[in-house]
Amino acid sequence: MAANPQLNSHGELQHLLSIEGLPRAILEQILNTAESFVGVTEREVKKVPLMRGKSVFNLFFEPSTRTRTTFEIAAKRLSADVINLNIAVSSQTKGESLLDTVANLSAMQADLFVVRHGSSGAPYLIARHVKPHEHVINAGDGRHAHPTQGLLDLYTIRHYKKEFGALTVAIVGDVLHSRVARSLIHGLTTLGAPEVRVIGPQTLIPAGIAALGVRVFHDMRAGLKDCDVVMMLRLQNERMAGPLLPSAQEFFMNYGLTAEKLALAKPDAIVMHPGPMNRGVEIDSPVADGPHSVILPQVTFGIAVRMAVMSIVAGN
Amino acid sequence: MSLLIKGGRVIDPASGRDEVGDVYVDKGRIAEKKGKADETIDARGLVVAPGLIDLAARLREPGQEYKATLASEMDAAVAGGVTSLACPPDTHPPLDEPGLVDMLRRRAKALARARVYPVGALTVKLAGERLTEMSVLAEAGCVAFSQSNVPITDTQVLWRALQYAATFGYPVWLRAEDKWLSREGVAHDGDMATRLGLAGIPAFTETIALATILQLVRATGARVHVCRLSTAAAVDMMREAKKQGLPVTCDVGIHYVHLSEMDLGYYDAHCRLDPPLRSQRDRDALASGLADGTIDCAVSDHAPVDEDQKQLPFAEAETGATGLELLLPLALKWGAARKLPLARTLARVTSDAARILGVQSGRVAPGAPADLVVFDPDEAWRVIPAALRSQGKNSPFLGYELAGRVRATIVAGNVVFRQG
Repeated sequence: MAANPQLNSHGELQHLLSIEGLPRAILEQILNTAESFVGVTEREVKKVPLMRGKSVFNLFFEPSTRTRTTFEIAAKRLSADVINLNIAVSSQTKGESLLDTVANLSAMQADLFVVRHGSSGAPYLIARHVKPHEHVINAGDGRHAHPTQGLLDLYTIRHYKKEFGALTVAIVGDVLHSRVARSLIHGLTTLGAPEVRVIGPQTLIPAGIAALGVRVFHDMRAGLKDCDVVMMLRLQNERMAGPLLPSAQEFFMNYGLTAEKLALAKPDAIVMHPGPMNRGVEIDSPVADGPHSVILPQVTFGIAVRMAVMSIVAGN
Repeated sequence: MSLLIKGGRVIDPASGRDEVGDVYVDKGRIAEKKGKADETIDARGLVVAPGLIDLAARLREPGQEYKATLASEMDAAVAGGVTSLACPPDTHPPLDEPGLVDMLRRRAKALARARVYPVGALTVKLAGERLTEMSVLAEAGCVAFSQSNVPITDTQVLWRALQYAATFGYPVWLRAEDKWLSREGVAHDGDMATRLGLAGIPAFTETIALATILQLVRATGARVHVCRLSTAAAVDMMREAKKQGLPVTCDVGIHYVHLSEMDLGYYDAHCRLDPPLRSQRDRDALASGLADGTIDCAVSDHAPVDEDQKQLPFAEAETGATGLELLLPLALKWGAARKLPLARTLARVTSDAARILGVQSGRVAPGAPADLVVFDPDEAWRVIPAALRSQGKNSPFLGYELAGRVRATIVAGNVVFRQG
């Protein structure tokens, strides 16, 4: 197999494409850097000049409000110039190829591309074709990876639990289509979490997921037992009724997180969700808004984590 | 005119003959007499064997000349030592009318390189609904009928198509793939697809369809050749079906005995193939099935694709790999890895394929058509775009060094390619 395309010849982060294959030291560097930025985001003047004069292009081939906005805020807090491109409704519909789009933007002197694309692997293709001084950050590709989400999830877990070495983490729901789940799994196994579980019906658990170092549960109650962290995944509307699932109601009955099911986890368990939530489908409102929920802090940490990733990548 | 190929290591895979000697060609056929010839090829240190017979090579005409042309691909064929090739009906439009078949044959004949055997569409527009005029197409020169890579989903139509073909003894070449199961998939449903986040095509996509085909063969007596096996389980099923005496044969794409899902690496679109590259266990079963004869022959599954269609995210990239010029070196690599005698290796791309195609070539014996290849089995060359004559430069083997270089190709007694 070819060398890891995210690292430069010194083993530093050139692009962030996936958490898989990143050494523990790099993950820790990102989390520590993010910690120093949390202070910045709480100041009155929420800006540092680390990326002054740099241009960040937000390339979203798939619609997104939340992730794009948090990247935009993160870049602005680093004093970078941000250009948002919603390509889903521009050049792609005119028939321009992905690489032509990137070449054109590159000609406009980009320093960093933040890419979201519906096809797994698209950021790898872009990373192979950008100029040596340009960097690519994957903001979600197909079912493959969403590394900054994974990192902010790791940051959140570390914030509340301090160490990974004794944790049991459950990831619940549509693992098959989830780039969030894959990124979190790789991050947790790299940082030494001893037990990572995935919970869902057979139709939503991909073949060979155990090879990633997880235990598969189909019974949610058994899977939640003694967990320290419960990560609920979003179920896309179009998958709620069809060959994968009969209905949103039945999904909630079997795999929705309620206070009663959460009681099976450890008393100090935290509940996470990458958003946007479907209340009453994957999570019950009292749990989403309850004392175990750290869903809103996740969003806040997300900005610091994205600042950390951008500043590290742009500095290498 | 006559031709003398002197002093080469002459291999006739069908009889197992492997000895240094001369081959004399007269009036387009291999002859007994070894007299004076109009032309002589010095083959000392080289192998003289039947030209390769490839049961699946897309020439992209008519309709897809931006990918490749008959001229470019026929050049590629003879440069790769391929002297006969069957072309699947997946052209635009598909080969479902005698006029198209006739034109293809005429244009191929005018180029005077490899022999071209068109495979007709089994259903109109390959849509899997209405039968083509098979007798008319057979008259126009179709040697078999196929759906190429678009299997019939309606089993009633498949049953009737096999009944009808069996009535007239026409061979039917089918991929075993359940389209319902594979419809969103782009990679083998296994560890690699899960890691890369690619939609999976389970192995049972192939075995379920193969079970259906075998049952229909049993019911109809149709002669079916199963194309491009990709799974270990399908190899076992074919072994069992042959043991029971069903009139079935099968092939494997030469890439599949070398590569597996692991070769997708970081989304290498050159490994986007149909069927998908499967697990290493599947690959090993295909390689040994080809060695023990369960799999009758290996094909290039040549599919030239223009670079733009490969410079896309993996799932969006077009399927296929160029193969005409790699069939010989990749067959040699497979044979060497399994320590097979050269005659046995070559049989899988010559005499065994000839048996399925029902042609007289594929032999080095007096009276056989003088379709021959002269090659250096040890000379290595690097697979780079400039080294390929095919318009398709799309290969998972780009950058590899492969042994086996063609020095001369002879079709019907004429030297149609020479190098070095």
